[in-house]
Amino acid sequence: MNKVVANADEAIKDIQSGMTLMLGGFGLCGIPENCIAALVRKGVNNLTCISNNAGVDDFGIGLLLQEKQVKKMISSYVGENAEFERQLLSGELEVDLVPQGTLATRCMAAGYGMPAVWLLAGAGTEVADGKEVRNFNGKDYLLEMAFDADFAIVKAWKGDRMGNLIYKETARNFNPMMAMAGKITIAEVEELVEPGELDPNNIHTPGIYVHRIFQGTDYEKRIEQKTVRKRL
Amino acid sequence: MALNKEQIAQRIARELKDGYYVNLGIGIPTLVANYIPEGVNVVLQSENGLLGMGPFPFEGEEDPDLINAGKQTITTVPGSAFFDSAMSFGMIRAGKVDLTVLGAMEVADNGDIANWKIPGKMVKGMGGAMDLVAAAKNIIVAMQHTNKAGESKLLPQCTLPLTGVRCITKVVSDLGVFDITEDGFCCIEYAPGVTIEEIKAKTAGRLTIADDVKEMTF
Repeated sequence: MNKVVANADEAIKDIQSGMTLMLGGFGLCGIPENCIAALVRKGVNNLTCISNNAGVDDFGIGLLLQEKQVKKMISSYVGENAEFERQLLSGELEVDLVPQGTLATRCMAAGYGMPAVWLLAGAGTEVADGKEVRNFNGKDYLLEMAFDADFAIVKAWKGDRMGNLIYKETARNFNPMMAMAGKITIAEVEELVEPGELDPNNIHTPGIYVHRIFQGTDYEKRIEQKTVRKRL
Repeated sequence: MALNKEQIAQRIARELKDGYYVNLGIGIPTLVANYIPEGVNVVLQSENGLLGMGPFPFEGEEDPDLINAGKQTITTVPGSAFFDSAMSFGMIRAGKVDLTVLGAMEVADNGDIANWKIPGKMVKGMGGAMDLVAAAKNIIVAMQHTNKAGESKLLPQCTLPLTGVRCITKVVSDLGVFDITEDGFCCIEYAPGVTIEEIKAKTAGRLTIADDVKEMTF
């Protein structure tokens, strides 16, 4: 079994305009940099992107926004991107703001084969508008639907040719549940190894969920908020 | 004198108990980590996937794969654990986190909180705030008592879109400490030099004063 493709351009070659994509990452941490660059090169547009954040003006999903390739963002927090805000206020871009845990769990539901889940977040707020409400044990819950994505694009630390993945530190974030949720899942990794080189005890995403994998290049791994303390 | 941000954080830190798992929000709540009392061991949860958050790294030791929910570079402490976002909010939803501290634009005397949206002006999103306030058992709000125009942010009801309903348990503002009770805000402590009259004048929501109300000490 060999799921390896040559590079990001080959991995995304059949992504079409108008499709729905999941993109892993939290802020700029653990984002699929190579595939985002390839999507910009390919020039597909009218994309619906499910991603916790929308990058910054000149990095991450911000690069797709700059080229006006995104029709709709489904995110929990979009505060670091001025171009995003401009497109949103001018009506060029649709946005669906979803509580972060709800976003993660709607991805998880898709990966676990569950059509919907009952979640507490947002009950009694405008997030509940139009949603079915049911009371369990005295609390109101909202019926939240599993996401339906054509492609999931994730970034892992290490992966093997069979698609088994290991993530690093907090770069894990949304990547595992998105990897499980895509109809087709593309994984870009920093280090691609042979089957057997990764300890099966430590696999975060089993290869059954991953359709294509490649070793990425030139990771910038930009830090959004560099914060340090002084040496005493 | 009203409290400064550091003092608000310092006062909230006294609510931490040994063995607590704690989620600290962005802004003043983050500062609470600097004032954890001697002998109190808590584990800090960062909702992007970490239990056991440590201090900021030294210059040159930042790791782009290791950040907190405010996207700041951080470190881990011995005994830390990484996990994915679904599990992170799973543990929050299941009530495993003992205390949540977060900021607010407005709170209401029934425990409602608004902190994510100003219609027409700010549309950044709720992040994890709605999940946290919906599920956490113990939610302390760190906030300024009034806005820049001097108007109360402790209200009979919130005017901004809600983040959560009847969920907060305590407010620590620059003027004092307030429990949320059946009768609205109950002032249990006031900042050094701040008078009860000033607190009454600057609190628009229902307010009672605890019989044993006392001045905060630092």
